[in-house]
Amino acid sequence: MSPHGNPEAPASGAAEINREAPKASPVVESREVSTSSTSDGRPVSTSSTTDGRPVSASSTTAHDRSAWGLWEVFVRSSRGLSHVHAGSLHAPDAAMALRNARDLYTRRNEGVSIWVVPADAIAASDPDSKGSFFESPQGKDYRHATYYTKSEGVKHL
Amino acid sequence: MAAQNLQSVPAEPAANQAQAQAAQQEADAAGQAHFDRVIAEDSRIEPKDWMPAAYRKTLLRQVSQHGHSEIIGMQPEANWISRAPSLKRKSILMAKVQDEAGHGLYLYSAAETLGQSRDKMMDDLIAGKARYSSIFNYPALTWADMGAIGWLVDGAAICNQVPLCRASYGPYGRAMVRICKEESFHQRQGFEILLELSNGTAAQKQMAQDAVNRWYAPALMMFGPPDDDSPNSKQSMAWNIKRFSNDELRSRFVGMMVEQVRVLGLTLPDDQVRYNEDTKKWEHGPLDWHEFQEVLAGRGPCNAQRLERRREAHDDGAWVREAAAAYAAKQLNKQKEYAA
Amino acid sequence: MSTPQTNTETTHTEGHGDISTGMAAPMGGGDSSASATRITPGNALRPEDIALEVRTGLAKPTEDVAEYALRLGDDALILAQRLGHWISRAPELEEDIALGNIALDQLGHARSFLTYAGAAMTNDDGTPKSEDDLAYFRREHEFRSVQLFEQPNGDFAATIARQFVVSYYQFELYRRLTESTDATLAAIAAKAVKEVDYHRDHSAQWILRLAGGTDESRKRMIHGLRTMWPYVGELFRDDDLTARLAEAGAAVAPSSLKEDFDRLTGEVLEEAELEVPDVPVAPGGGREGRHSEHLGYLLAEMQVLAREHPGASW
Repeated sequence: MSPHGNPEAPASGAAEINREAPKASPVVESREVSTSSTSDGRPVSTSSTTDGRPVSASSTTAHDRSAWGLWEVFVRSSRGLSHVHAGSLHAPDAAMALRNARDLYTRRNEGVSIWVVPADAIAASDPDSKGSFFESPQGKDYRHATYYTKSEGVKHL
Repeated sequence: MAAQNLQSVPAEPAANQAQAQAAQQEADAAGQAHFDRVIAEDSRIEPKDWMPAAYRKTLLRQVSQHGHSEIIGMQPEANWISRAPSLKRKSILMAKVQDEAGHGLYLYSAAETLGQSRDKMMDDLIAGKARYSSIFNYPALTWADMGAIGWLVDGAAICNQVPLCRASYGPYGRAMVRICKEESFHQRQGFEILLELSNGTAAQKQMAQDAVNRWYAPALMMFGPPDDDSPNSKQSMAWNIKRFSNDELRSRFVGMMVEQVRVLGLTLPDDQVRYNEDTKKWEHGPLDWHEFQEVLAGRGPCNAQRLERRREAHDDGAWVREAAAAYAAKQLNKQKEYAA
Repeated sequence: MSTPQTNTETTHTEGHGDISTGMAAPMGGGDSSASATRITPGNALRPEDIALEVRTGLAKPTEDVAEYALRLGDDALILAQRLGHWISRAPELEEDIALGNIALDQLGHARSFLTYAGAAMTNDDGTPKSEDDLAYFRREHEFRSVQLFEQPNGDFAATIARQFVVSYYQFELYRRLTESTDATLAAIAAKAVKEVDYHRDHSAQWILRLAGGTDESRKRMIHGLRTMWPYVGELFRDDDLTARLAEAGAAVAPSSLKEDFDRLTGEVLEEAELEVPDVPVAPGGGREGRHSEHLGYLLAEMQVLAREHPGASW
């Protein structure tokens, strides 16, 4: 894959990787030509079939036709708690993804509810824009109760 | 993805190539600085972060090999599911081999975040291009091997894996946390099998000792070559992927086995095991690293059999995977027609 | 009612031990309660609970009930033995795990039923027969499973066809058995029916996908159903034992399950655009110990080690 490290500047190998790893789910995505990306977020332009699988020479091989999409699994461990990311799995569609998730991620009573999401339906923030994206709240102490010291000792406040 | 589209710069052909190259170098330098800082802070690298090419490559190799080991590792034990001598043991063994499929799956998922598809990894495995733990190329000949594999092989694996829960690559570490939690029963059930055999008839005890004799050395070799012959270890440790050296982990493991084998009423097939007061480390007899290399190179007792079995399952399943994908595509088309 | 307590009280007496690894949490634990890896054994009726009841004399089936439990136990055991073969050979890793779960469910049911059945049978030394005495030291003609369960796995479609028939049959059976006048049978069925309900779903999902997938998969699915269907009739055959038990309210007449079975499987087959296979019915005879040629090999493999070491403990 001639790994190069920079997620924002795909090397020629990246398109190939994407072709081999169809992340699109037939259920959510339907597109003719779109920008897809590998799971580590590198944008890869590729034309896709209606079920989201990229069109390429190899998509006619048995190898590609039989590959199932990647799904992310979220599990609620008990009522009142949030769903938490548990991991991923492969499945041909949402119905099977849910069942596979049940068999894989809750066989030791880990959950009471499951969400599955096609991996490529998740939009993620850009790791390189950490500064502009996530640093603004720093220094805004006035959003926190601890900023207000004069009321200390006053009951029920 | 939206975030990506915002900032992927349209490629200007040729004209600005030099400029693009300079920008790339700048981005790489910034990425490297961020990566170094994260590693220095003992924090975690996540899939979308910039990472050095060699780091990505090393991880991909390690995580996929780890996944392959789980998948191939199912076979020696699956071999005894049908013959397990009690229904309780049959349940336990089924659950354990099933766990291994799950662990392979978790690891392949982690490897996928590095840009390699499971399909590609599976293809590499059955084409004989990928490596997996050489221990699974030894045959599981008797029921006692289920005990020895659980106690020694899983025991060694756990020693290796617990520090990996803190591996610097987030998805790998998280996969290992789940795996370690689930594996907590694997070693215990193996120990129990041996204990039952050891306390059983003379034939059973003999079976247990024979299994320990055969699996002891291969289990020690699971930690990898001696530190002097392990050129990649240093870099892996600098990257916080590995936390302890091969020899350190091996020595720690030997110490644990010495204690536990006494409880079993069995012996380790190694009369040179001793605690070195000076180094504060456990030492063991010489290991046959030539054999290790031979097995790793494909010339072990079961290499061909293991790969053939995996290939067969994969090929036999192709029509099923294809059918499910075709069905999903048809359903989608139906939905679209309905919507139109 | 002697068994209901098993669900809660006895669960702790032979506990599952501590499942934590003693491993430090990874960094940045965050909201530790919202974990996707918190694992527990849960509370449910286990074969060990029934064994305890048998030992303490709390559970003692009548001879008829024991014979009936033996039938259901043998069905589940033979199927579990068949399904276990798939683990490490399934079409995709996810399916290794799915089939493994089903096999484990079936094995659990088998162990419960056999343990209970054994309470009314004695070894030469006077002790009640254990699940392992029954599984490993009976001969072929002493097994009471119907022939469908011992049918070979074939390809994935044949296995799914067998699962389809079995799970829809077992669901109807266990659903009714939860109201058995025999408290232990009712308790085992109550645990089993939920699991089998999921098996129904699993098989139905695959029937739809294989029938509606590719030409090849459709052909294989049709073939799989045709190979299993001759053995469907035997599932619903009444005899003296089931008549007596149905009369007493301890069991249900197998024939009474057929209507619901036909209707529900028919719905799935219709959705999959498949016909109910039109094939001649096999005479069966498993309940009287008459089996197909396949069972002998299955038992030879299953029993070989235990029989090499009679009396040994594992």
